[in-house]
Amino acid sequence: MAALLEIRNLSKSFGGVAANVEISFDVAPGEILGLLGPNGAGKTSLFNSISGEVTPDVGEILLEGRRISGLGPVACAMAGIARTFQVVRSFDSMSVRENVMVGAFTRLGSTRAAMAQADATMEFCGLARRADAPAHMLSPAEKRRLEVARALATGPKILLLDEMLTGLTPTEAQEGVALVRAVQAQGVTILMVEHVMEVVLPLVSRAIVLNLGRVLTTGTPAEIVKHPEVIRAYLGDRYAAG
Amino acid sequence: MQNAITLRRRRELITAAILLVLLIVLPLPFHDPYTRNLMILTLLYAALAQSWNILGGTCGQISLGHSLYFGVGAYVSTLLFVWHGVPPWLGMWAAALVAGLLALLVGWPCFRLSGHYYAIATVVVQEIAYLLFLNWDYIGGASGVYVPFHGQSWMNLQFRTAKLPYFYVMLGFFALTWIAAWLIEGSRWGFSWRAVKDDVIAARSLGVRVFPSKMAAAAISGGLTGIGGAIFAQFVGYIDPDSILSGPLSILIALPAVLGGVGTLWGPLLGAAVLIPLRELSSTFLGSSGSGVDLMLYGALIMVVALLRPQGLVSLFQRGGNGSTS
Repeated sequence: MAALLEIRNLSKSFGGVAANVEISFDVAPGEILGLLGPNGAGKTSLFNSISGEVTPDVGEILLEGRRISGLGPVACAMAGIARTFQVVRSFDSMSVRENVMVGAFTRLGSTRAAMAQADATMEFCGLARRADAPAHMLSPAEKRRLEVARALATGPKILLLDEMLTGLTPTEAQEGVALVRAVQAQGVTILMVEHVMEVVLPLVSRAIVLNLGRVLTTGTPAEIVKHPEVIRAYLGDRYAAG
Repeated sequence: MQNAITLRRRRELITAAILLVLLIVLPLPFHDPYTRNLMILTLLYAALAQSWNILGGTCGQISLGHSLYFGVGAYVSTLLFVWHGVPPWLGMWAAALVAGLLALLVGWPCFRLSGHYYAIATVVVQEIAYLLFLNWDYIGGASGVYVPFHGQSWMNLQFRTAKLPYFYVMLGFFALTWIAAWLIEGSRWGFSWRAVKDDVIAARSLGVRVFPSKMAAAAISGGLTGIGGAIFAQFVGYIDPDSILSGPLSILIALPAVLGGVGTLWGPLLGAAVLIPLRELSSTFLGSSGSGVDLMLYGALIMVVALLRPQGLVSLFQRGGNGSTS
C-alpha cells in the first residue's frame, strides 16, 4: 500500500545545532508508528516540521503524495494533520466543549455543526462528563485527553501524539493506550512520540528510534528492544555488549 | 441542541432584552440636562469599550490607539456633512468604512508585532495621526471643525437643547455594538479569535488563520468605533484633534472594558457605568484645579480591580467557579 506520510531526507538545524539529520521514513495508512529516542533526539523537532510549525532546511514531507513541508501549520491542518503538544496548550479561557469546537471549526462553518461534532468527539474521548468545565480546571490526564479530542475534532488523516502518555499514573496511561487504540480503530493513522518504552512498544506496529537527530534504527518492537545501538543510546556502552 | 453554551447565549439575550427596556425608560424621570448628558456619555463609552473589546478582549490584541478610529470617523462624517450636506445617518457608515479600512492599514504592519510591542505600535500610530490632523489646515487643523446647526431634525441628528433623542441614538449605538459582540461570540470567528488570544501555536495547529483573524477583528472593532465618532460629532457640534483623537481618549475607550471585564459581554457597560459617572463627579467637585485627579482615580480603580478581581467587575455577578469569560 502507498504510504500516507513520507519523510524524505529531512534535515533541520537551529542556530547551528542539528536537530534532525537526513531523516527518511514512511507511515503506512492505518498503522500506529512509534517515534522513540532519548531526550534531545529530535522527536519534537520532527513533529514541528511535520505539523508545519517549522520548515525543514533540506528534504520534504509528503502527505498522500502531495508536498506539505513549508506550507505552514494552517495548510497542514487543512490537509489532514492534527497534533497534540508535549506541554499541554489548552485554550484556558474556554470550556472543554469550546476547546473542542475550535478543532471542529477547522472543517465546519456552522456553530451548530461544530457543536455536534465536538459533542461526539468528547463522548469518544471520555470527556463528555467534563464538557462544561473550564479547560484550566482539568486534571493533567484530562488535559491530555482534551488535546486528543481537539485534534480529532479537526477530522484528521494522521494524528501526531507528542508524549501523550508521559507523566501519567499507570491506570491513566492504560486508559490513554485504550484511547489510542480506539482512535486507530476509527481509521486514523497515528504517529506517536514517547520515551517510555514499556508503554509504547505493545501499542505500535513499528517504531523508529532517533538518536542525536538521526534515525538509529527502524523495526518491530521486538527487533527494537534487542538492537544493540538502541540499548547503547538509552543505557550507555556498558550494557550494549550483551 | 441544548447545552451550557446555548443556554448561556439564550440567557444573555433575555438579559439584554430586559436591560434594553430598563434603559429605554431610565432617562424619563430625570429631566435635568446634566444627568441626561451623563447617561449619554456613559452609553457612548460603553459602546466604544464594547467595540474595543472585540479586538482587545475577544482576540486579545490590546490597542491603546483606538481614538484614531473614533477621531477619523468623526472627521469623515462631519466633513461630509459640512462640505456636501450628507446626512450623518449616511455619514456614519462612511465613517465606519474609512475607520475599518484604516484599522486594516494599521494592522498590516502592526500585527506582525505581538503582545506589548503591538500595544506600543498602536499608541505611536495614533500619536502620528494626532499630529497630522493638528497640522492639516485643509480640514481645520488645530482650530477644529464646527458642525453648523441646520435646525432641529432627526435627519441631521441635531436637536437644539433636547438631550433625550441623543440618549436613544447612543442606546441604539450601544445595542449595535453589543449585538455585534454577541453574534461574534457564537460564530466560528469568535471561537477562532479567542483561540488566537489564548494560544497562537495551538490555534494555528487547528487551522486557525491567525493574521486574517486579527485583521478581521481590527476592522470590525475600528469600524464600530468610527460610527461612535460620527454620532459624537453631531452630539457636541464641534470637533478638534484634542477632543477626539488624543492619547487620553484612547485610554478612556479601553478602560471600561478593562474595569468591567476584558473579553466579557457585559464588562464594557458595567465598567462605563462605574467609570464615567465617577469621572464627571470628580471634575464637577474638583473643577479645573483637579484635572489630574480623575486620572489618579482611574489608576487606583484599575489597581484595585487588578488585585481583587482580575476578571473585572462582571465576575462579581457570575456564579462561583464559572471560569467562562463570556
